[in-house]
Amino acid sequence: MSKKSLKGSNHDFSDSFIQLDVLNRPSANGEKFPSFKEKVSNLGFKPFKPTGIDILQVNVGKMCNQVCKHCHVDAGPDRKEIMTRETMRQILEAIKISKVKSVDLTGGAPEMNPEFRWFVEELSALGCHILVRCNLTIILANPKYNDLPAFFKKHKVEVVSSLPHFSAKRTDAQRGEGVFEKSIKALQLLNAVGYGMPDSGLALNLVYNPSGAFLPPGQESLELDFKRKLRSEYNIEFNSLFAITNIPISRFLEYLVSTGNYEAYMDKLIGAFNPETVSGVMCRNTISVGWDGYLFDCDFNQMLDLKVGTKNQHISEFDTNALENRNIILNQHCYGCTAGAGSSCGGEIA
Amino acid sequence: MNSYYDPADLPKFGEIAEFQPELAKKFFSYYGDVFKEGALTAREKALIALAVSHAVQCPYCIEAYTEGCLEKGADEEQMMEAVHVAGAIQAGSALVHGVQMMNKVKEITM
Repeated sequence: MSKKSLKGSNHDFSDSFIQLDVLNRPSANGEKFPSFKEKVSNLGFKPFKPTGIDILQVNVGKMCNQVCKHCHVDAGPDRKEIMTRETMRQILEAIKISKVKSVDLTGGAPEMNPEFRWFVEELSALGCHILVRCNLTIILANPKYNDLPAFFKKHKVEVVSSLPHFSAKRTDAQRGEGVFEKSIKALQLLNAVGYGMPDSGLALNLVYNPSGAFLPPGQESLELDFKRKLRSEYNIEFNSLFAITNIPISRFLEYLVSTGNYEAYMDKLIGAFNPETVSGVMCRNTISVGWDGYLFDCDFNQMLDLKVGTKNQHISEFDTNALENRNIILNQHCYGCTAGAGSSCGGEIA
Repeated sequence: MNSYYDPADLPKFGEIAEFQPELAKKFFSYYGDVFKEGALTAREKALIALAVSHAVQCPYCIEAYTEGCLEKGADEEQMMEAVHVAGAIQAGSALVHGVQMMNKVKEITM
């Protein structure tokens, strides 16, 4: 597995223009993939509007201790983009004047941002519900991270962690050699402080995403399997499993194109388009903040550099009214959120 | 046509309705119901379908149910075990006829 990001290896697909060009090209036989924007506008969502701003998803940086094959952020140890305390202060000010209830911290490995703990403490003081997308292995990556479970517990942080499969083979194929074993140890450490345990009030949720060019299984039956396997083999408890579809951008797009799976995957997403999911997609109640403070409709639009369609596009100029009335920017990758049972950062939609 | 099997034909399965719509409608409705969650889970049904696909050696079915099994949460080990079930039944089916052969041998030899 490559230890370098697309950007670090100067790959074409580190350029968002090239990714968007690929997503908007006709298929090999000359047919155009139907436009997502037209598809939702035919359902009456014209233009596509938000329902509010309940969640602020903050990407605190692209640095990560892992280089996962499917990463839509193209994160890795070679990515140096990191949010500063100044930008975090601007976010805290924006939250104070907004209706945001929940802050979802992501990365990279968000814990690698040197200001991470300060930011969590400040958010906690504001009374926000805090969610951290923790990759698990970070807890064991360095002694300075070993106390993260206790730190999370202190601030009642909801921990959401990727575990693509309950088999080491499938997890390591996607996330890197040895990741499964470390993830299991980290989950046991989280359980030890109460995470995922009944009545602890400390939520530990896992994320499944397919290890290849196929759609995720039904969330409910998969959750039962994960619970049974993780409990019997590793004595691990968790709350919910979120099944997430891989969105065809960045490293996953590179995987699709380089393995000849791109067109079949797009056909699959388009064929599985489920109108029932459209009203519940996450961009309708979320704003995504980039490491440099710019605002996006979602983390995927952020990686494609598709900033929000409002005059003020930076957290320092946060304008609730303008953002609540914006038109959401749609493109062909959005088919990933509406396929089958739908997909959001909280799993299935419909 | 260069070959009897063309991967591009699989997504055209629904087009069999062109020559006989009524029966196709009945078939696809039945087919859809068969694969719903029931006394067997959708995953168990996908694994059975994968095994049968190998037994009947249908390339379309193998492609469809390989993806189908993955999308129902089956893993490689379970899928290969399903193929072995098909293989074991096929081998067993051949071998159990050995008894018929033995019967005939005994019937016509001294």
